[in-house]
Amino acid sequence: MSDRTVDRVAQATPERVARKIRGLSDRAIAWIFISPTIFLLLAINIFPLIWTIQLSFTNYKANRIGREVKDVGLRNYERILTDSDTWLNMQATAHFLFWTIFFQVLIGFTLAWLINKKFKGNDLWTTIIVLPMMLSPAVVGNFWKFLYQPQIGLFNYIVSWFTGKDPSSFEMLGSVTLAPWAIVIVDTWMWTPFVMLICLAGLRSIPDYIYEAAEIDRASKLRQFFTITIPMVLPFLMLAVLFRGIENFKMFDLVVQLTGGGPGSVTELTSINLKREAFEKWRTGYASAYAIILFVTVFGLASIYVKALNKVKQR
Amino acid sequence: MSGFSVTEPSNRSKWIAGFLVITYALITMIPLVWILLTGFKSPADAISYPPKVVFDPTLEGYVNLFTTRTRQTQEFLEANPPQNWADEIVRQYDMVIVGPSKFGERFMNSVIIGFGSTFLSIFLGTLAAYAFSRFKVPLKDDLLFFILSTRMMPPVAVAIPIFLMFRNLGLSDTHLGMILLYTGVNISLAVWLLKGFIDEIPREYEEAALIDGYTRFQAFYKVVLPQAATGIASTAIFCLIFAWNEYAFAVLLTSANAQTAPPFIPTIIGIGGLDWPAVAAGATIFLIPVMIFTILMRKHLLRGITFGAVRK
Repeated sequence: MSDRTVDRVAQATPERVARKIRGLSDRAIAWIFISPTIFLLLAINIFPLIWTIQLSFTNYKANRIGREVKDVGLRNYERILTDSDTWLNMQATAHFLFWTIFFQVLIGFTLAWLINKKFKGNDLWTTIIVLPMMLSPAVVGNFWKFLYQPQIGLFNYIVSWFTGKDPSSFEMLGSVTLAPWAIVIVDTWMWTPFVMLICLAGLRSIPDYIYEAAEIDRASKLRQFFTITIPMVLPFLMLAVLFRGIENFKMFDLVVQLTGGGPGSVTELTSINLKREAFEKWRTGYASAYAIILFVTVFGLASIYVKALNKVKQR
Repeated sequence: MSGFSVTEPSNRSKWIAGFLVITYALITMIPLVWILLTGFKSPADAISYPPKVVFDPTLEGYVNLFTTRTRQTQEFLEANPPQNWADEIVRQYDMVIVGPSKFGERFMNSVIIGFGSTFLSIFLGTLAAYAFSRFKVPLKDDLLFFILSTRMMPPVAVAIPIFLMFRNLGLSDTHLGMILLYTGVNISLAVWLLKGFIDEIPREYEEAALIDGYTRFQAFYKVVLPQAATGIASTAIFCLIFAWNEYAFAVLLTSANAQTAPPFIPTIIGIGGLDWPAVAAGATIFLIPVMIFTILMRKHLLRGITFGAVRK
């Protein structure tokens, strides 16, 4: 932009003087400032991705260093996609993804809507509600395991207090039917505040005059809710779902501490299976192919979703 | 606003809203309160049925967390009277304290790696954010998308090549390796957040400084940095919390030397049977700093939480 004061000053003065004023040229400074970051991003994000793609076509095993590495072409991909266990893991992940997002959106939006009534002390209570999501998922997951213990756990005690069931008659983490719900409960407890905060930001972005205008038009409160509140918050809500979706698709720490994938493999989410293949069975090539498949899946789904989100935003 | 505003909720609906939100907040606090309480229980109280809310508080969990103990014969115990209060606690079980546990070391690793990576992320991130904000840089608009896409890779997937890379470079299980890794993970978000904050500082301030004879560096250092201090602080807290809480990379890439607290705390349970109070004590010590930070910085955290998608 040539009309900036500094540029005008610089143009009016001889090159030698201009240099003195500016020290290094802007271009040089820009490069000095940016290059370490770019280097780090390449080293920690881009380079590993490329290496993973390369490994995914081999039978490399990271625990056997001297072993000859063979190029196996697309065999790893073929085996993963035809393995029925892969689809069971995908199903477990889909169950987890769907229900966590369902409950988090439902509870998170309701809470945001209630908090937006601006009752006295709402700031304090919002902060308290936010606490769980700031904590370490692994440590929290480990402690929820204690709450879920059949005979002694607080969770079972509270459930039995309300339902009259014997607290040792059900195992949240040990039962094939309950374990998938046990992880949904903890994730919902932990991440509902995230959806709540984004919804709250959305609700607060709606200017008062829209409601005032609706009031003058004698629109009922219910109608205002469905024609103003919901459509105005929707882009925010969709953004929250996008972030939660990506995060929960790669969910690892919380669930690995709670169930470790069990019982059997009913809570074995894709990341947990990936960890087994890569760091327990040491099938590095196979695991790399698995990683790429996961990445492409998330990337594809997220791109479609972002397109939909942009359409909603434009309305 | 006056009481007649049409957009102001009625007192009754405020009451109901307040009641429901407070109820939810109290329910959501139960697990956290339970961690805190369990840390002060004796192992027997911790696993009693029905769960005890009122109990004799003891520091047993904390003593067990920080020490390693061995069982001794009666003669030995009688010959060596307890040295201090911690000794007396473990004597109940015919044990003596033989040394510190690994918890202190693991906690320090968390501190070193957390603060190290936060410092590096903020240092590099602020420079890059300033450049992105003030200069024409190619590919600027792709940054947010880039952040999103690097976060789509599950950490376990990234850990495979990082593991190989660290092994070749001799960075496996070192503090430096983990600091670089966490910086690499945090920096894209840090740049994005910081750019938002720097964008809000009027350019005119620096231009005035440049005309007064400051160099770009001086203008950046003396004009922009002080203005961006709040933004930098909230970004730093966000980076710190991420590094503090991170588990997947830590459990896969560290072991004896640079292991942080999150992978260590669950293993406490293995030391001497089902010692839930010690686990709870470890969790309490580990979680409390984050809770305090969250409460202190609550006004500034929203941006970080929402990837900067929501301003203030």
